[in-house]
Amino acid sequence: MAKVLVVTSGKGGVGKTTSTAALGAALAQTGEKVVVIDFDVGLRNLDLVMGAERRVVFDLINVVQGVAKLSQALIRDKRLENLWLLPASQTRDKDALTDEGVGNIIADLRTKFDWILCDSPAGIERGATLAMRYADEAVIVTNPEVSSVRDSDRIIGMLDSKTVKAEKGERVAKHILITRYDSARALRGEMLSIEDILEILATPLLGIIPESQDVLRASNVGSPVTLNNASSAPARAYIDAVRRLMGETVTMMVPVERKGLMNRLLGRRAA
Amino acid sequence: MDAIAKAPRQSFRMRGRSFVALAFCPVVPIAGWLEEIDVTLARSPGFFAGKPVVLDLSAVDLSQSAIAHLITSLEQRNIHILGIEGVDAAHLTTSMPPLLTGGRHCLLAQNEPKKPEAKPKPISLLLDSPVRSGQSIFSEGDVTVLGSVASGAEIVARGSIHVYGALRGRAMAGSSGNAAARIFCQRIEAELLAINGYYQTAEEIDVALRNRPAQAWLEGSIMKITPLS
Repeated sequence: MAKVLVVTSGKGGVGKTTSTAALGAALAQTGEKVVVIDFDVGLRNLDLVMGAERRVVFDLINVVQGVAKLSQALIRDKRLENLWLLPASQTRDKDALTDEGVGNIIADLRTKFDWILCDSPAGIERGATLAMRYADEAVIVTNPEVSSVRDSDRIIGMLDSKTVKAEKGERVAKHILITRYDSARALRGEMLSIEDILEILATPLLGIIPESQDVLRASNVGSPVTLNNASSAPARAYIDAVRRLMGETVTMMVPVERKGLMNRLLGRRAA
Repeated sequence: MDAIAKAPRQSFRMRGRSFVALAFCPVVPIAGWLEEIDVTLARSPGFFAGKPVVLDLSAVDLSQSAIAHLITSLEQRNIHILGIEGVDAAHLTTSMPPLLTGGRHCLLAQNEPKKPEAKPKPISLLLDSPVRSGQSIFSEGDVTVLGSVASGAEIVARGSIHVYGALRGRAMAGSSGNAAARIFCQRIEAELLAINGYYQTAEEIDVALRNRPAQAWLEGSIMKITPLS
């Protein structure tokens, strides 16, 4: 049974695209057949993070409008053969998306893939609502700060009312993914604690991704962090999150950077 | 020059106007007909009081004295005749109400006391999931939320509001004029509390109450917020 998973947040810049790429790659590494779809029409980025920007010919809008076939628009990842990308159009805007068109594409993809990951644009408008429309599960990416948490709460409300599943009286399975978590700052009380976030959102936690230079580094070279450096702290956190998505029970912990002795000494001195 | 200015002549103005009157149509025997009126009056004594009544005598053939007697009988029952129709002018004396013509039939507006409409009992609303940011809940009665009310969410109720989680959004109780409505919550972190139009914003709520179980109610025009212990 194919699963449609939307990666969403409401607020921008919290790490939806990075997380979509990282989760997609990690899922594909377990042998699942995965497609990641960029719904951020007009502001596409997933192709960059996936390192496929130079191979985009057709995009989501072309398929929605029937200009291209789905198979023509899908881009296969060079590193993982069971990971695919359906890019967004950069020249159009979200109004070019139609409910029916998206529905047809998702239905078609369901027959070909095990996991369909929808990278939602920020906001609560057409792009975001259509990205979540056909979802079975949702990953809500949240930063440990009040504005992000409130926006996540808004998105959870929409997942419970605006999706096809919700309209049929079913529930979209929801997971919170906390990104850019800095344990040192959290200890100093400069961030919302995990407990506070979960208390406000009343939704189960999927994983905690630490703030790390590895994430930026991976994005810059066009590689999902889980592929670029699988042993880095954020990659391990994403891999754990994927294992939880697949139903495994994995102890929740905040992965920390593995520092060398010199780093530790320097780190202490700096602190 | 003629210095006397002519006073402008006041014109005498009249306007036509039509009114709706009750038309009584007596039938023979008159005594029996009067009895029926008495029955009506016994049921509701003020039924004809102050109502314009016209006597329609077209169905009976009465002499002048009989008409005079009829009018007196009605006056004894506190029914004053405004005019008479359906009779030859020769049968009327100058002391009697004037003869009316050209009356038209019309429907009488029924102003029987309306039965008090069975008002649907205000249904209270129970929400067993958290109220999310951006959601707006309205209820004709009370609202009970088992989870929390997020920042940016709002609950509007004509009755009271009960929140068994944290109240971080807005709660407006007694929204359409109910000063007796109250707001209860397990943790008060509200952005705004309002009862019957009186409100307090987060800034005005006592810091000492924050994060504690509390209730808000109205005392006159002052909103009181006290801890629930």
